[in-house]
Order: sequence, then structure tokens, then C-alpha cells
Amino acid sequence: MEYFLKLLLSGTTKGSIYALIALGYTMVYGVIQLINFAHGEIYMIGGFTALIFGGFLYSMGLPAPVVLLISVILAIVYAASFGFTIERIAYRPLRNKPRLSALISAIGISIVLQNFVLLAQTEKYLAYPSYLPDLPFLQPVKQYINATQFIILIVTALIMVFLTMLIKYTRIGKAMRATAQDKDMAQLVGVNINQVISITFIIGSSLAAIGGVLICSYMGQINYYIGFIAGIKAFVAAVLGGIGSIPGAVLGSFVLGWTESFGTGYLSSDYEDAFALLILVLILTVKPEGLLGKNQKQKV
Amino acid sequence: MKQNGILKDIAQALLQGVWFVFLLFPLLVMKVSVVGGVASVTFRWTNIPLVFVAAVGGSLLWRWALRWNEQKGARDPENSLGVRIQNGVSAFLKQNRLARVVLPLLLIGALLAYPLVSGMYHTNVMISALIYVILALGLNIVVGLGGLLNLGYAAFFAVGAYTYGLLWKHTGPWLAQVGIDPSWLFWISLPFAGLVALLFGVLLSLPVLRLRGDYLAIITLAFGEIFRMVLQNSGDITGGATGISLIPRPWFFGVKLTPHMAAIYIYYITLSLVVFTIFVVRRIENSRVGRALEAMREDEIACEAMGIDLVKNKLITFALGAFWAGVAGVLLAAQTTYINPDSFTLWESIMVLMAVVIGGTGSIPGVIAGTLVLKLLPEYFRALAQYRMLLYGVAMIIVILFKSDGLIPRRRTEYRLEQEGSTSPEGHL
Repeated sequence: MEYFLKLLLSGTTKGSIYALIALGYTMVYGVIQLINFAHGEIYMIGGFTALIFGGFLYSMGLPAPVVLLISVILAIVYAASFGFTIERIAYRPLRNKPRLSALISAIGISIVLQNFVLLAQTEKYLAYPSYLPDLPFLQPVKQYINATQFIILIVTALIMVFLTMLIKYTRIGKAMRATAQDKDMAQLVGVNINQVISITFIIGSSLAAIGGVLICSYMGQINYYIGFIAGIKAFVAAVLGGIGSIPGAVLGSFVLGWTESFGTGYLSSDYEDAFALLILVLILTVKPEGLLGKNQKQKV
Repeated sequence: MKQNGILKDIAQALLQGVWFVFLLFPLLVMKVSVVGGVASVTFRWTNIPLVFVAAVGGSLLWRWALRWNEQKGARDPENSLGVRIQNGVSAFLKQNRLARVVLPLLLIGALLAYPLVSGMYHTNVMISALIYVILALGLNIVVGLGGLLNLGYAAFFAVGAYTYGLLWKHTGPWLAQVGIDPSWLFWISLPFAGLVALLFGVLLSLPVLRLRGDYLAIITLAFGEIFRMVLQNSGDITGGATGISLIPRPWFFGVKLTPHMAAIYIYYITLSLVVFTIFVVRRIENSRVGRALEAMREDEIACEAMGIDLVKNKLITFALGAFWAGVAGVLLAAQTTYINPDSFTLWESIMVLMAVVIGGTGSIPGVIAGTLVLKLLPEYFRALAQYRMLLYGVAMIIVILFKSDGLIPRRRTEYRLEQEGSTSPEGHL
């Protein structure tokens, strides 16, 4: 039972991590139907930016909580700027072109960003110092859940609520839903779709940056290549839940996290990634539009 | 007015220079290093002016290039440079009988002479490129004709390579004992691996028949990765992560070939298979099945309403694509004499897909050009050492932004009603 609980919690943590990246994926997909392969790289850049600023501020002698706060904010700012810039350079000109072209452009961006970080920073794995505070009230249950895991869970839950509110109740959320449904019609009723798409990229990238900082703190290391695998996993999670759907992305991420955790815990640790993919195949075979995806009527 | 426009461009470019300095500041100016769990940062201030100048220059060039591209788009597409060259060449060929004979002969001659005049290294590079041409032509059936996005294509490539590898591993020693040269197996594997891959293609496509678009892409991705992990983890049969080594090169009438001669031999085998592939793919394209596949790509529902069996069509698409990947896999195993699961990662599938899209989805000359560009450019970029991949990515983005239909876009076959009243296909490639 104890083992089970441990696996459940580690699976939940993993799931929340995937969710932070998958949310950005699914939002971008929902609005412009683009598989944003560069999303994982944004997350990596978020992690790196926080590491850089964190290191700098810490060496200036600031206390850890202040360092954490400022470096996370800066990571968000930079990741959002990257997301915004990438959309302007590489995706906007291809908006009315064949969809595969935008996908290739996204893969190109992904290669460029990876190699840029490789050249500008380092190719080695760097240890990631954690500035997250130790939470004393977790002492009694610390064999199940540590402070980092706890913070990850809380942050994911908060972001999820915030996003749902944003999309359901705000003006910009309404504009996003309109753009997602029909770009031309949204434009006709006065939605500035360029702006909406930019904002979507900014929000998605900000989430990726938060994810980046949290995951790197949890894993304790960073490298220029971490974005690729995380991006693929998040993509799988988003599709599992029904791509374009926000609760779907979160649910999909949890299913993915639990599968990996229980699969490695009870079956075999060689096949960690295979379990996740196998569950994807099974679910899509039974429910081709994902767990919470809308089954849209197809028209000619 | 004109001068005003240039001033405005420069002002914008300066602004973008400032933006890029801001954007790249942490990654390019601050260099982080972590010692003993404590991160420290060193500053590289000299990078700031470099970034600024590069960004301003790049932004100006970019702006003008985009504008030029837009104006080009506004002109008649039939008048673009590529089409004019194509038309010019075909007109020239029509008028000039001699050229019509001499030019193809020259091309064939150059292809045949290539391994003899270039060294072993270049021959091997060219063989890998040609193997990828076969792969890309196969994927082009799936993506270009059928419109099904397959991100697990490397799995079929692996099926081919492993069919030959395993066949040799498990029967080779026995054959050698009996006194039969095991390199014979290459010729048996070539069609056999294609068929095995085809079988895999059919089996894997059964559960995905209901899926569309990106769901299909992700599930093929999943299959590809699962397959690779199985290869990696079933060490007793497939050799696991270390793979299979010392796979024999193809048999040549019992003659023991030196590595250089073997490379030339494999080059010719690959080249003839490329020609065969092109021939078959062209026949498919113009056949009833090919037209049905294209109809499926354009609109599945309309296609079904016209009485085309979608299930059968999708199976055919996957099977045909997988077959060529299997054949290409055998060639890879024979060329490198060594295979392991790392040669068949998701990245490999993405590379082939990129070759298809950058060359021009659906266009045979385009796909060939795209593959050669993607596979040969990095070889010649080697002089740029660590900047190679960065520039490669930049080049890809530029190509796709300025030629989003690919380098040699597909020209649809036009069917015209002839004056006698009989329909006959008038094909343009």
C-alpha cells in the first residue's frame, strides 16, 4: 500500500509537470491547429533563463525566496518573448499555406533553438540548484511527498483554475474561442486574430517557462536537449486528452504520468516510455478523438 | 516616397535590433556554470554589438526578401523563375532532338561514373543519400499521395534492416558451416524485407484506420517509438542496444570484394533500385489506385461518397510506403554492415518527412531534390563545425518560408478533352 501511494504521488507529480507543457501545446493547437514542435524548446529556454538569472542574483547575495521569485518572473518574460518572436517570424507568414509547411518550420525552429543554446551556453548537463523553500509542515509525510512535488502540484492546480477562468469568462478568452472555431468569422465580427494568436503564444510560453523551472528543480539538472523529449511527451498527453481541449490536456497528462509511474513500478523499468505510448494507442483505438475531445461532425 | 520607405525600414530594423539584444541577452551574454550546486555567471559583453549589428542587418534583409517574395506571389505564378526554367528546358528539348538524346545520356553517364571518379567517402555519402531517396519516395506515397501524416516511418526502415540483420545472424553461421556464402542472403532479403515491412504496415494501420490528421501522426509516432524500444530491450533476439554487427555486404558472384569495390557495387545496386522506385511510383501515381489516393487526400468524405473504399485505400497507402522503407532498410544494413536501434529514432522519421515537404509534397523530382539537399548539405557544412546544425535549421526555415510548396512543387496532372471527343491523359509532372 505504501509503495502504491508512493507511485501514485510520483505519477501525479509527473502528470502535473506534463500538464504544464501540454497546456501550452493544446492552446496553440486549439487556436491555429499547429503542432508547435518548438514548444519544448521554449520550456528548456525558460529553465535556462531562470538558472542564469538565479545564479547571478544569488551571487549578488539576495535571499533564496527573492532569487526564486525574480528569476521565475524573468524566465516567464523571456519565454513569452521567445514565443511571441517565433510566431511572428516562423509561423505567421505560413498561416495560409499547407499545414505541413508550418510543421516543418516549427521543427526548424526547434533545431535552431537547441543548437543556439548548445553554442551559447554548454553542451553538458548542468546541475540545477533548487531555490524552492523547504516546507516544514510536510515533515510528517516526507517519505511520500517532498516540498518540490508539493509546490508543483499546487502551482499546476492554480494555473489550471486560472486558465479555465481566463478562457471562460474574460474578453480575450472569448476571442480565443472564437478564433479557434472559425478564424474568418471571428475576423468578421471584429476579433483581431493576429493579436489573439500572439497572446495565445505568450500565455502558452509563460506556462512552459513555469514548467521548465519546476521540472528542472525537480529533476535537478538541465541540458539543451531536454525540451525535445518533454515536448513529445506533452504532445502525447495533449492528444491523449483530446487536442485543443484544456481539461483534456490536464487529464491526459495525469493518465500519462500514472501509466509511466505504475508501469515502471510494477512491470518493468526498461519500457517506461513504451507504457505511455501503448496507453495512447489503446485509448485512441477505442476513442479516436481523445478522452475529452470533441467529436466534430465532418463536412465536405 | 521611396526614400521615406527605406528610412522607415531602417528605423524598424534598428528597433528589431534592440529587441533581439533584449531577447538574446541572458543566453548569449551571460554564461552560466554550475560548480558544487552553486550557479555562477560570467558576462560576455562583446556579444552585444555583434547581436545588434547582425539583427539589424538580418532584419533589413528579411524585410526586403519578404517583400520581394510577396511581389513575386502577386505576379502570375506561371511566370515564376522555376516554371520558366522548366518550360524553357522542355521547349528546348522539344526543338532540339540532339539535346533530347544527349542530356539524359550525360546525366546517366555522370551518375554511373560518380563512384569511379570520387573517393570511397563520397561514394558512401552518396549511397546514404540515395537510400534516403528511396525512403522519401516511399513516404511520399503516404504523405504526398494519401495525405496521411506518418511520423513512425523509421520503424518500417528498421523492419527492413533488421530482417536482413536477423536473417543473417540466425542462419549465417549455419550457412557458412555448410559451405554457402551467407552474403547471398542480401538478395533474398531485398524482396523479403520489403514484404515483411509491408505486412507490418498493414498490421499497424489496422487500428489507426479511424483516425485522422494529427491523431494519426501521433499514433504512428507512438508505434515507431514502441517498435524501437522493443528492439532495444529484447537483447537475446535482436542484440539489444548494441545491435547487430558484421553484416555481410552483398554477394557478387562469389568474388571477395574490397571495401572500396563493395561500396561501388552497393552504389550501383542502390542507384538501380532508385530508378526502379521512381518507375513504380510514377506508375502508381497515374493509376486508378493513385487517383483514388489523391481523392482521399483532398477530402475523405467526398471521396467515400464517390464510392472509393477508404479502408482499402488507407491499407494500400501504408503497405506501399512500408514496402519501400523495408527495401531501403536492407540497403542500409548492407552498406553500414552494422545496425542498432539508434539508427531508427523519431528524428529519422522527421528527417524523411522534412525531405518530402521541403522538396515539394507529392512531386517526385521535388522529393528527390529535397532529399539530396537535406542529406548532402550537412556533409558539405562540415567545415562549419559546430555551427552546422544551427545553420541547417536556419536554412530549413528560410526554404519553407520562401518556397512553402517545396523546392520543386508538384504540378497536377491535367486531363483534357481532345477534339476527337476521346479523353486522354495529358501528363505534366
